[in-house]
Amino acid sequence: MTYVRPKFRHPELQKNKLGYTVDYYEGALSTLCAGCGHDSISAGIIQAAYEMNIEPHKLAKLSGIGCSSKTPAYFLSNSHGFNSVHGRMPSVATGANLANRDLTYFGVSGDGDTASIGMGQFVHVIRRSLNMTYIVMNNGCYGLTKGQDSATADQGSKNKGGNVNLFESIDLASLAIELGATFVAQSFSGDKAQLVPLIKAAMNHPGFAFINVISPCVTFNNNVGSTKSYDYVREHIGATATVDFVPEMQEISIEYGKGTHKNVTMHDGSVIQLHKLAEDWNPLDRQSAMNAVINAKAKNEILTGLLYVNPDAHDLHDIIKTSDRPLNTLTKEELCPGSEMLNEINADLR
Amino acid sequence: MKATDIKNPEYFHKVVDCQHACPAHTPVPEYIRLIAEEKYTEAYMINWDSNVFPGVLGRTCDRPCEPACRRGRIDGKGEEPVAICRLKRVAADNKGDVKGLMPKGPFRPNGKKVALIGAGPASLTVARDLAPLGYEIHLYDEQKLGGGFMRSQIPSFRLPETVLNEEVGYILDLGIHTHFNHYVESLKETLGKDYDAVFVGSGAPKGRDLDIPGRKDGAANIHIGINWLANVAFEHTAKVGKKVIVLGGGNTAMDCCRTARRLGGDEVKVFVRSPFAEMKASPWEKEDAAHEDIPIIDNHVPKSFVVEGGVLKGMTFEKVTAEYDKDGKRKLVPVSGPDIFIEANDVLIAVGQENSFPWIERDLGIEFDKWDMPTVNETTFVSTNPKVFFGGDSAWGPKNVITAVAHGHQAAISIDLMCNGKDLALRLSPYVNLVSQKMGIHEWAYDSEVVSDKRYVVPQADKKLTLTNRKKEVELGFNALAGFKEAERCLNCDIQTVFTTDKCIECDACVDICPTACISFTENADESDLRSMLKMPAKNLTQDLYVSDTLPTKRVMVKDENVCLHCGLCAERCPTSAWDMQKFFYNVTKAHTGCASHK
Ligand SMILES: Cc1cc2nc3c(=O)[nH]c(=O)nc-3n(C[C@H](O)[C@H](O)[C@H](O)COP(=O)(O)OP(=O)(O)OC[C@H]3O[C@@H](n4cnc5c(N)ncnc54)[C@H](O)[C@@H]3O)c2cc1C
Ligand SMILES: Cc1ncc(C[n+]2csc(CCOP(=O)(O)OP(=O)(O)O)c2C)c(N)n1
Ligand code: SF4
Ligand code: SF4
Ligand code: SF4
Ligand SMILES: [Mg+2]
Repeated sequence: MTYVRPKFRHPELQKNKLGYTVDYYEGALSTLCAGCGHDSISAGIIQAAYEMNIEPHKLAKLSGIGCSSKTPAYFLSNSHGFNSVHGRMPSVATGANLANRDLTYFGVSGDGDTASIGMGQFVHVIRRSLNMTYIVMNNGCYGLTKGQDSATADQGSKNKGGNVNLFESIDLASLAIELGATFVAQSFSGDKAQLVPLIKAAMNHPGFAFINVISPCVTFNNNVGSTKSYDYVREHIGATATVDFVPEMQEISIEYGKGTHKNVTMHDGSVIQLHKLAEDWNPLDRQSAMNAVINAKAKNEILTGLLYVNPDAHDLHDIIKTSDRPLNTLTKEELCPGSEMLNEINADLR
Repeated sequence: MKATDIKNPEYFHKVVDCQHACPAHTPVPEYIRLIAEEKYTEAYMINWDSNVFPGVLGRTCDRPCEPACRRGRIDGKGEEPVAICRLKRVAADNKGDVKGLMPKGPFRPNGKKVALIGAGPASLTVARDLAPLGYEIHLYDEQKLGGGFMRSQIPSFRLPETVLNEEVGYILDLGIHTHFNHYVESLKETLGKDYDAVFVGSGAPKGRDLDIPGRKDGAANIHIGINWLANVAFEHTAKVGKKVIVLGGGNTAMDCCRTARRLGGDEVKVFVRSPFAEMKASPWEKEDAAHEDIPIIDNHVPKSFVVEGGVLKGMTFEKVTAEYDKDGKRKLVPVSGPDIFIEANDVLIAVGQENSFPWIERDLGIEFDKWDMPTVNETTFVSTNPKVFFGGDSAWGPKNVITAVAHGHQAAISIDLMCNGKDLALRLSPYVNLVSQKMGIHEWAYDSEVVSDKRYVVPQADKKLTLTNRKKEVELGFNALAGFKEAERCLNCDIQTVFTTDKCIECDACVDICPTACISFTENADESDLRSMLKMPAKNLTQDLYVSDTLPTKRVMVKDENVCLHCGLCAERCPTSAWDMQKFFYNVTKAHTGCASHK
């Protein structure tokens, strides 16, 4: 039995600005089922981190429990990682982010991990506007525990055993918009051309960035009648716009038809280039983003792409006015300024 | 692009780079796997069927397979090809009884007689392929033993006589009528002896001379390289002067200088007109010469032999430098300064070889061109006389042993067709087979792991021994363990990735797992566009794109065969077995396995 990834890579791989080829961002060989959508998302994350010239030691991967939450083992081996408790990734991310605001925080969760056991944590991390990327690899089931319906399974969707889901599904993207997330996108594991720029833009976003990625479970939820199967998703997919993420403003080479082109300039001068496909949709307007999602749903369409973005986002550190420097770099003198300072503070509070 | 027709055996044949590059299309990965399994006898027989002289070739082959080997392309950081050639020797050195696996005479005569002129590898191959069919074979050579240049030219320190004798013997034992010490003076006479066909395998036996001042006066110590080597081989020459100049930059020059070192040449120098990098000699031959303390001095054009009092004293050379015009054409331009004198007691001229057919009358219906070369059909090897065939060096000038063997196989097929009154254009299709290697999850019938080992170096005998004994073989060959490890470096390029369009659910798993980014799913386009639209642009135009039928998303799967490691991970990760790893066996049909007389 051999299942070992060869060390050879394509001889013409290009180096990024840091001098790394894409394989530097790889992880261990996946042990997920062959054909799992999660693996494609991992490949998208590797590609995005490579293209974004991420220094691996400046990124932390965080996850809960589930097949999806296992994936951080399969990308960015040279980065920090914390595989936490079921549904508790946001707490760990919050703690880590507060201690060291200089890292890029990359959270991976599943629909079970987020929409069931972790729902409380999810809504609060959005509310607090933690600066992180939060990806849900959404397969409509609990893959790791053998495919039970999850809270994102659509009403009427049939699972592998033939059982029809009777409950209304939770729409994570509209929930995130509703709760004030400043970057909300939706994508499909089978569409890397769209997914990679979305991940790049999300990592670059200065607040909470959420991407709900439909990611078929080949083993338990890829049957006829399931609304999360490869075939169903492909037949019902729609997009708000084609997306490109440009780290620094540059000449736009492609001209689209009038009114369909939209550039969103971010805080740091980077640009999200959108070629709009959906009508009556403005990515800067929460109301119109909500409408677009609801309209699509009414048409049985899965709306993908960037849904909503607020380029002037503020994150938790801004809101609670923490130190500009990571807490873990503060010295004892700074953290314990002495009894004189304590007296001053106490006096202020009198 | 149109979907690839994998039913055409030539498609997958091309993927097996080494086999495709081998003139005789030896099933290389198959024998390498057998070596790894310690099945040396079977590995030897695969070779024997294809290239007739595994022991000889495992030491001396020009190895066109190695520059073609995929392993040399896969990392762009100097990864070297598999030591295909020296692995062949491992099979030959360790084999068990092979005689029992070879055709055994006496064969029922078919009443046809064939004459073979020259007993080199080309003729011997024809003999081997035709004898089992009942042909009465008459083999002529002016030398006292069979083997042709393998015996007279390739020095014993590269090819021990015992190895050559053994493999020539396997053929002669098939009941060949040998006429050694017999120079054929006249083809007309031979044709008059009621032969049904004549095969000319007389090689390119004439060494080029160098007509510069002093050549005649110094004649006693100036030798034509190939004649001198033959004299050494047949023990007419046993000594050479202390200071020797060898002229020429090809493999013959390398054999001359190394032989001279063994016959008393203490200061042997090779002089070449061209720059070192452009010498014709194989890199390994140059390395071996350097290892034996033989300097190779490039950019020196011989001007004259210096003879004093009837005795050769040395040579003068003009120093040149290579200049290239805009088409890359080379010109050797003299560098100012006086000519250089180099002392020498003997000079060996190894500046090329030519064909020569003084024994072929020009009124036999055999057309000769303006270079006095016969007109020979490139597929059938027949000349313009339907009974006369050419092959090996005699057909298109000096090449190598494996090419001579490949010619011999095809000429044998043609002779068999001709003798059976069939059209020579009816070539035999290859034997092909394509079988799934899947045994279970993560379980393949081949060793799919790609090892990272660097190429192993073949150990050599101590220079003190080899330089004092002309017959002492320099290379010791891989031992069984090194042979195994080197065999493991082979990527199994014959284990093909076979794609079934209607099983694919377009999940991208194969795209993501492939370590060398071979697989892409994309819209279809013309080949040149498609090559640039892939995950990694497919820049190596000698390597094909494998294109599927149109998939449900209207895209196609495109695989660039160039740097596929045949690791099987695509097939491992595919949830629907749309990819499968299948062993492709391709073997050139020989006269005795697919003979015209049986059909
Ligand atoms: C110095 C040297 C080293 C070489 N080393 C290698 C090597 O390492 N590897 C490799 O692959 N190739 C090597 N070659 C080339 C290789 O030997 C030849 O390409 C190959 O042997 C050609 O085979 P052949 O069957 O065409 O004829 P040859 O091997 O040339 O045999 C022709 C035979 O025909 C005989 N003959 C010719 N005319 C007549 C006649 N009228 N009557 C009777 N007999 C006749 C000749 O005596 C000779 O024995 C080397 C060549 C030279 C010169
Ligand atoms: C506290 C706790 N409760 C229950 C479980 C069992 N469990 C493991 S994974 C999982 C669901 C995972 O579903 P999801 O997050 O969608 O991940 P997927 O495997 O589908 O990617 C559950 C319920 C657990 N590990 N821990
Ligand atoms: S890796 Fe093996 S099969 Fe592939 S070309 Fe080289 S020797 Fe041949
Ligand atoms: S066998 Fe498959 S996975 Fe391996 S290199 Fe070839 S195409 Fe890629
Ligand atoms: S892994 Fe198999 S099913 Fe998936 S895209 Fe590749 S060939 Fe198609
Ligand atoms: Mg799930």
